[in-house]
Amino acid sequence: MANVDTAVPPGEDPAPFHEAVSDPRRRDFINIAAVAWAGVGGAVIVLPLVNQMSPSADVLAQSTTELDLSKIAPGQAIKTTFRKQPLFVRNLTQKEMDEADLVDVGTLRDPQTLEQRTKAGHKNWLITLGVCTHLGCIPLGAAEGENRGQYGGYFCPCHGSQYDTAARIRKGPAPKNLEVPPYNFTSDTTVTVG
Amino acid sequence: MIRWISALVGLAFVFVVSLGLFSSIVGVITDPAPPTAEHFVHEEHPLLDAGLPSSGLLGKFDLRQVQRGFQVYKEVCAACHSLRHVAFRDLKEIGYDEGQVKAIAAAWVVEQPSVNPETGEPATRKNTPADHFPLVYANDVAARAANNNAVPPDLSLMTKARHDGPDYIYSLVGHGYVPQPKELLAKFPDAATPKGLHYNQYFANLNIAMPPPLTSAGQVEYLDGTKPTVDQMAKDVAAFLTWTAEPNLDARHGAGLAVLGFLLIFCFLAWGAYQNVWRDLKH
Amino acid sequence: MSFPWAKHYEPKYALTKWVDERLPLPRFVYSAVGGGYPVPRNLNYFWNFGVLAGAALACQIVTGIVLAMHFAANGAIAFDSVEHIMRDVNAGWFLRYAHANGASMFFIVVYTHIARGLYYGSYKAPREMVWLLGVVIFLLMMATAFMGYVLPWGQMSFWGAQVITGFFSAIPIVGETIRVWLLGGFAPDDAALNRFFSLHYLLPFVIAAVIVLHIWALHIPGSSNPTGVEVKGEQDTVPFHPYYTAKDGLGVAVFFLVFAALIFFAPNYLGHPDNYIPANPLSTPAHIVPEWYFLPFYAILKSFTVDFILPAKLWGVLAMFGSILLMFFLPWLDSSPVRSAKYRPTYRIFFWILILDVFALGYVGGAEPIARNVIIGQIAAAYYFAHFLIIVPMVSRMERPRPLPNSITEAVLAKHGAHPVPAE
Repeated sequence: MANVDTAVPPGEDPAPFHEAVSDPRRRDFINIAAVAWAGVGGAVIVLPLVNQMSPSADVLAQSTTELDLSKIAPGQAIKTTFRKQPLFVRNLTQKEMDEADLVDVGTLRDPQTLEQRTKAGHKNWLITLGVCTHLGCIPLGAAEGENRGQYGGYFCPCHGSQYDTAARIRKGPAPKNLEVPPYNFTSDTTVTVG
Repeated sequence: MIRWISALVGLAFVFVVSLGLFSSIVGVITDPAPPTAEHFVHEEHPLLDAGLPSSGLLGKFDLRQVQRGFQVYKEVCAACHSLRHVAFRDLKEIGYDEGQVKAIAAAWVVEQPSVNPETGEPATRKNTPADHFPLVYANDVAARAANNNAVPPDLSLMTKARHDGPDYIYSLVGHGYVPQPKELLAKFPDAATPKGLHYNQYFANLNIAMPPPLTSAGQVEYLDGTKPTVDQMAKDVAAFLTWTAEPNLDARHGAGLAVLGFLLIFCFLAWGAYQNVWRDLKH
Repeated sequence: MSFPWAKHYEPKYALTKWVDERLPLPRFVYSAVGGGYPVPRNLNYFWNFGVLAGAALACQIVTGIVLAMHFAANGAIAFDSVEHIMRDVNAGWFLRYAHANGASMFFIVVYTHIARGLYYGSYKAPREMVWLLGVVIFLLMMATAFMGYVLPWGQMSFWGAQVITGFFSAIPIVGETIRVWLLGGFAPDDAALNRFFSLHYLLPFVIAAVIVLHIWALHIPGSSNPTGVEVKGEQDTVPFHPYYTAKDGLGVAVFFLVFAALIFFAPNYLGHPDNYIPANPLSTPAHIVPEWYFLPFYAILKSFTVDFILPAKLWGVLAMFGSILLMFFLPWLDSSPVRSAKYRPTYRIFFWILILDVFALGYVGGAEPIARNVIIGQIAAAYYFAHFLIIVPMVSRMERPRPLPNSITEAVLAKHGAHPVPAE
């Protein structure tokens, strides 16, 4: 309880505050606690501000695609979309499957067999994202008459990545095979992707 | 100088507004505005309290009631009223599981507009959980044509788009359709309900285009054994529409309590720090 | 800065010294809101509201930037995009309610800040420039808030845009041309919505810039205080930090408590239900009202009902704009050398009448235009103009102020001497 005479002369920093950093007096604990509490609040409020940029509920809800395979003849491919990305669905011919199986997996940049990239009993259905694993261009080869590259699969015109009939990377800068999204056969001719 | 000018400007404004005041007072004396039938009825019949568990500062949805309300909406209201801001997937929040939502969407009578993959002609397809509830009418013209020149409004936000929305819905559909009182007609001969409209004592202008939607007990058969009286159905559909307008209400109230608790502690700490910093200084 | 005893920034570490020599930003901050800004020791809680207004603007800018990531400024989908934010965007309902109620908090705080200025005579020399810049900020805020309210494209948004741009059509001869130019069409539509969105994003940063000038101008003479007596010496002041940072910290804590209560428990209390109905150019709401913070001005607009030389509509628009613009002249209308209403017994009475008057105008602005309300509004509008343009200049000449204390410190000590309470 200070009286007029003993009050710290206003205008000068009261001594306690100078030492608050190195030697917190017991009563200054409350200052540190208040600032720390505000800091926690500030950190928590950042969460919604950051998280609002994540995909919203409607975007997440549209993350499955139903496909009807009945109209795709052997040797043909279609381009559709999955999560707003191009999706290649190819009905492989026997010759293409054989070509893919002949490759020595050990020599591949991203070693995978055709079996690993398709579903059991549906080895002819090669379903991959149409997104080059290099920098995201759409490779050619899904549509009729497009350049399928020297391995007979897909060819990315942006930077020259070449994919084989199992859509595995064989040549060019791409690091990985074309990605196989999660999917299930709901019947012999219908597939749910996602 | 500036004070003289300002005084003149001030006098001008005061004088002109006083002219208006004078004419207002004269108007009150010579030509008082007649009371209107709406005012009269609304004063006599204030909105009834639906007593929903979601009302109040800490309200929380009763999900079973909301589900019953959804059933009323589906079997009664959905014939004319859309719910375009709500998606089928949202129904998971009121307690339906994935499979039920899928089934509800697939069985929904109105289908989603789509394109025939063969011909490119407009077509429709079954709803999926990702779809919003489809519009009942393609556009307002179609809605008017089918409903005696009135557009049934979308119900997604109805409880937020009216004062005391949940009570309004409950009162309007549950207890609003009464015979037009004789005394009212005696007092306001012009207030007779025009042909094709329906007297409803809670509707803004007393005459609503919508025929009574809930007409008899048992109109909807509840699965949980609740007795489907008109009052109950009105309450339940009000609960459902409260949810459609404010689906995050539960989350909001829950988060709000945590935030207020946090901030109360912060206020306490900030008060302590303030006292501490100023302790040696008179001010 | 302004007082010789203000402390100077002394960097402690090699790094801070290095920065200070090349970009003296820390020095600038230290002198502006740190230990280097001496502030009167006797400020009361009403002096918190400047900082709170800054906090409110910061909240609005932050929530506004993230909302703009999801909002679509197109008449066909604007309403739906707001509902998309409310329902599907992560924490979207929180951000949107925070932004909508943040506007209300901003105005509550700023109105209190203005009332503080009026009561304690903060607008008087040598702080006229602080006041003038404050009025500029207020005008910018009103423009920003109006355009922001249009964006959700509900019924009140649409008809608000229609009515407010309609003000300009009151201008003789060129009015209608100006209105069409503002809207980019004959009625509010995509063109108007898009430009309002653009300006709504721009103006808050202009406000922030004017706030910098506002604070700069404040720092030349230093803060005023409840006695209105200027600082005489070092014993009258304390450093802003830690004294007023601590006090403002408490203010900010209470501010956020109230703000959170609104967001989480009454997010639509201050809004209007009609704005949850999508804009419909063919149907006017039964009862158009602006947001609550515009109601007093709206009441003034509505109070002018009689043609007199000029048409009533033009009088209403002139009066409405005039009711704000007259603030620019206030420092010269009030010639009393005494600042604080504490020592101005007559002015103080009229000040409180003005506060009641503004509340009455606010009530009338939102109420239905029945005869009783129109009459109340007209009396209140007459007083509003009489107060600023006639009463204040007269009172400032005729009033006999109470004796002023010799210094801030004397006033503080007298307060404690008269009521022996322990020092805090």
